[in-house]
Amino acid sequence: MDTLITHIGRPTRRVDGQLKVTGRAKYAAEYDAPGLLHGAIVSSSIPAGRIVRIHTDKAKAFPGVVEIFTHENRGKAAWLDYKWRDQVAPPGHPFRPLHSDRVVFDGQPIALVVAESYEAARDAATLVHADYQPDEHRTDLLVERERSYQPPKKRSGVPKPPSPRGDAEGAFDQAPVKLANTYRIAAEHHNPMELFATTCVRGGDGKLTLYEKTQGSQNSQSYVTSVFGLKSDDVEVINHYVGGAFGSGLRPQHQLFFAVMASLELERSVRVSLTRDQMFHIGYRPEILQTVGLACDAEGRLQAVMHDATAGTSHFEDYQENVVNWSGLLYRCDNVRLSYELAKLNTYTPCDMRAPGAASGVTALECAMDELAYAARIDPLELRRINFATRDENDNKELTSKALDACYDEGAAAFGWDKRSFEPRSMRDGRDLIGWGMATGVWEASMQKTVATAKLSANGHLEIATASSDIGTGTWTILTQIGADALGLPLEAVTARIGESGLPASPIEGGSWTAASAGSAVQAACDEVRKSLLKQAAGLPGSPLADASPEDVRLNAGRLELKADPSRGISIGEIMTASGIGEIEEEGKAAPDKLQMLKYVSYTHSAIFAEVAVDEELGVIRVTRVVCATAAGRILNPKTARSQILGGVVMGIGMALHEEAMTDHHLGRVMNHNIAEYHMPVNADIHDIEVIFVAEHDDKASPIGVKGLGEIGIVGTAAAVANAVFHATGKRIRDFPMTLDKVLQN
Amino acid sequence: MSSRNLQQGDVPIVMTINGDRLELHVSPWTTLLDLLRDHLHLTGTKKGCDHGQCGACTVLIDGRRINSCLVFAVMRDGAEVTTIEGLAKDDSLHPLQEAFIERDAFQCGYCTPGQICSAAGLLAEDRAHSREEIREHMSGNICRCGAYTNIVDAIEDVMAQEQSQQKAKVA
Amino acid sequence: MKRFEYIRAESIDDAIAAIAAVPDARAVAGGTNLIDLMKYDVAQPSRLVDINRLPLDTIEETSEGGLKIGALVTNSALAWDTRVEEHFPLLSSAILAGASPQLRNAATTGGNLLQRTRCYYFYDACTPCNKREPGSGCPAIPGVNRIHAILGTSDACIATHPSDMCVALAALDATVHVAGPGGTRTIPFADFHRLPGDQPELDNTMRHGELITAVEVPPSRFGAHHTYLKIRDRLSYAFALVSVAAALTLDGDRIVEARVAMGGVAHKPWRDRLAEADLAGKQADAAAFQDFADQVLEGAVGYGHNSFKIDLARRAMVRALEQAAAGTPQRQTDKRIN
Repeated sequence: MDTLITHIGRPTRRVDGQLKVTGRAKYAAEYDAPGLLHGAIVSSSIPAGRIVRIHTDKAKAFPGVVEIFTHENRGKAAWLDYKWRDQVAPPGHPFRPLHSDRVVFDGQPIALVVAESYEAARDAATLVHADYQPDEHRTDLLVERERSYQPPKKRSGVPKPPSPRGDAEGAFDQAPVKLANTYRIAAEHHNPMELFATTCVRGGDGKLTLYEKTQGSQNSQSYVTSVFGLKSDDVEVINHYVGGAFGSGLRPQHQLFFAVMASLELERSVRVSLTRDQMFHIGYRPEILQTVGLACDAEGRLQAVMHDATAGTSHFEDYQENVVNWSGLLYRCDNVRLSYELAKLNTYTPCDMRAPGAASGVTALECAMDELAYAARIDPLELRRINFATRDENDNKELTSKALDACYDEGAAAFGWDKRSFEPRSMRDGRDLIGWGMATGVWEASMQKTVATAKLSANGHLEIATASSDIGTGTWTILTQIGADALGLPLEAVTARIGESGLPASPIEGGSWTAASAGSAVQAACDEVRKSLLKQAAGLPGSPLADASPEDVRLNAGRLELKADPSRGISIGEIMTASGIGEIEEEGKAAPDKLQMLKYVSYTHSAIFAEVAVDEELGVIRVTRVVCATAAGRILNPKTARSQILGGVVMGIGMALHEEAMTDHHLGRVMNHNIAEYHMPVNADIHDIEVIFVAEHDDKASPIGVKGLGEIGIVGTAAAVANAVFHATGKRIRDFPMTLDKVLQN
Repeated sequence: MSSRNLQQGDVPIVMTINGDRLELHVSPWTTLLDLLRDHLHLTGTKKGCDHGQCGACTVLIDGRRINSCLVFAVMRDGAEVTTIEGLAKDDSLHPLQEAFIERDAFQCGYCTPGQICSAAGLLAEDRAHSREEIREHMSGNICRCGAYTNIVDAIEDVMAQEQSQQKAKVA
Repeated sequence: MKRFEYIRAESIDDAIAAIAAVPDARAVAGGTNLIDLMKYDVAQPSRLVDINRLPLDTIEETSEGGLKIGALVTNSALAWDTRVEEHFPLLSSAILAGASPQLRNAATTGGNLLQRTRCYYFYDACTPCNKREPGSGCPAIPGVNRIHAILGTSDACIATHPSDMCVALAALDATVHVAGPGGTRTIPFADFHRLPGDQPELDNTMRHGELITAVEVPPSRFGAHHTYLKIRDRLSYAFALVSVAAALTLDGDRIVEARVAMGGVAHKPWRDRLAEADLAGKQADAAAFQDFADQVLEGAVGYGHNSFKIDLARRAMVRALEQAAAGTPQRQTDKRIN
């Protein structure tokens, strides 16, 4: 960097922290408007069939009710279903609320009650009833896997399994050490704490401002303009603060359609929120069945890797994620065969949930690696080291960096792995069996095209802007840090603007690419500002910077100065005053380097070590200690970065022990559709977690050397816990979550 | 504030919210949470489940932490309610608010007001002293971002501050 | 939510009259369960009688050395009352094992007894449920029944009573004081909750118009020989899969009296007095506890997802009895089970 003061790399408090701890940060449902109407969605009570009749009379007569929309009187919206495709829609036919009398998943929205108050909408909605002609429904993946298929059309951005390499079956047969097992991971729901909500504020000119819970304001904007045939100038989407999302905000949820539709029809401002129960009828991490076959020689060198996965999707879209490819790239192996199939279920389409694909696929792979270690009687960490891959054999590409070996070293040292006894059931603490397990984590480090602007004022204030989002990830803060460092300013002199669709184009916030993408674009915009400032400065009469090139100068404490001789410089104010300009605004762009991508691919890695205490008699598992060592390139803000990893680990513990949508296949309905019975970890479940960032220099992953952290914390965590449970008890539980009944079994 | 004489329903109640004595007319079926958020525009108190399953709506009623979603406002006629907006005595931050920022005890921030009000209730109860006890006594507040260890750190910091202040007073 | 008439009762008689007058009137105090159920459209009272102003919020010592706990005493106030902590630590512990601090601050003693099952189907107005809508069927029996009962079930209902506090009250032989249009009466705790039989819509033996005024616990003789052990799907803020309140009177290592109540396994806190009587006189050891547990679970039936509860209940009873015998009650903040 060209500056003296640096904020990047320092633990920095969130710039939005004060607003959040005082309750002044406003979320989607917290904006008011004159005459605001409130909408409540009515959901179907069957998973498949036809609405024969929908009874709305009682609800219509309810005091305060303004209108009730059903498939019979819904407002105008696009007919062609491609118009309903959002930026991340998988192949298929997007769901169109109230499009017809067909019901294709349980909890499908079948009506919207709009009323003058929240209470009236809520209470009238219970008076809407439908008569159905039910059809046969299919919700059981264990049955529907018989009808699984390879998705005919690939989902954009999700790689297909690579072609087989070598002869996996043959090598498996001949190998001295081998095993093949099937793992099941239950469907999980994102359950961000904020309920999905849209407040659609209708201006006097008929233009709409949408306060919307989304990970991409521009995705919501283009969805709305496409579905309702509106001009983009007439729709602005704001998502300054997002109360968690974890992927559930990647696609527009039902309430967005309903709020806008009702607003357009009634020419009023309208707010629609989903209830917590209704959030179990939107996208989710699909249930998945995976068979992993691994074989190695006597020294532990992998001879064959086979990984076959079948996951659920809806009847109308082929949701896909990268589940199995990790098994072809994380370890070196010449004989690899991977497959990924889908099975249609009467549910809503699954939706990316934190580390989609990897959280499931790497869990199975890393459990299988642990099983192989025991079959070969090799320390599980040592087995990983023996098979360390230095390139991506799926794509036959070089890696931009891979400090995974440092993760192994530093993680193991912090955890005390060398004190582990190999034999299962060999460690005890009183009644508790103690187990230590580990796993590797991997996630792609990618970038998306992003545009940002930077505006420097004569008084030394910098405003940076891009339409990115902060879903708790720390985007507000890291962009502020990057801007401050780029132009040598204190943090207080920098204002970030994000979370508005009208700002420069930014990708949806997801995939762990935001820091690399938006961060690089902000850096580029600031670099342009510096160049522009130098141009002005160099042209001033008698300028001390007359012959300087942009590489020769830096901004420091409000002054543009020569790096080689800081005494030669001019203050920002002076330059602008003398040049007769009040501010300099420039645009910066960031995009993946296509040429470089022909040769290189980039991944984030981690090593997770977990300790469990198991009361074997009662089946109770406690995760008493986790160490997660991560290699993620440059760490912009160790404080918020650490929180990202902590959050991923906690969700991984949830996957390991708690989280499961329980479906009644007779009814085709998730029955624990609330967060009293869908268990997520609470404070008492989470003990000590240590986060380590290992040094990893990477000048190719992104212009600012960042790889991203949103997903990596969850990847491998469930496997580390499961492997620890095996070490403690000698039992392999291949069915997640590992609830206590499974510990008591066998 | 114009909501000082709110006429949202038929039942007259008096409630002191963050030190302001309000005379309100409310509907029996309006929860304290909806009264705060929708009718008084005190949106710092959050709705995360509306069923007492998450703790995001935690406020202090007469000094005790309560889920405001499971209380009809009419049932708390005469109560003193403190929300996140009224936790700090003046313009400065409450020590818990300060500690939550310093410890990065939140990410998305949505559960945060409930966590902080709950932590304030916990401090007043004086029943939790070890990390283990803090964890158990903060288990009524779900944080999906997983900031639990940082939340415990923040609460421990404030407890330590309070202890050293007490010692200083005694000395 | 169904709209309702709200009445704030100023006296017990007013409250009883206001409830008795309307068949589907309900009393509300803490509201933590009733308001929840109203929001789910499961409870639909047309009249809600707010009893929070009634003078039922005190804990009094009885002449025999027990406690008479007002129906409006909150769970927190009860658990942390010094008399309860000192003389009825089992009750305190069971309360602290339940819900969350926020819920315990609002929930009342009377309301705790009257809380309804957490059966997924009961809670979901879109599905059939004999308890919610008599005669509509029980989808839990062939359906998702992880949390359901293994003892005392019927073809009509396999729901459980979800309370922790009531499990302790059952073990403590509490009595329930109720007042109604016909005057006052006391109900032994064992007779308060009922089994589902063919009328699963009835959780208890109270009559319409009756109000719980107090719960009385007789003096306890167990000293440190008690425990409340709760096993659940996460370490806090979850309902019991199985819980055990155990209390022993010992003479050396010989059992004089044993009381064991279980939660999470039946439509009411489950006690087996015959098995308890058989335990009396025996050595307080693992073998006796195993025999006891086997006897209690003799008639237990699993329905698929919940079949593990039979084994879990057996193990939990043995462990709880070991804790009680050793005088090392489970601390609810300690997640390691001793």
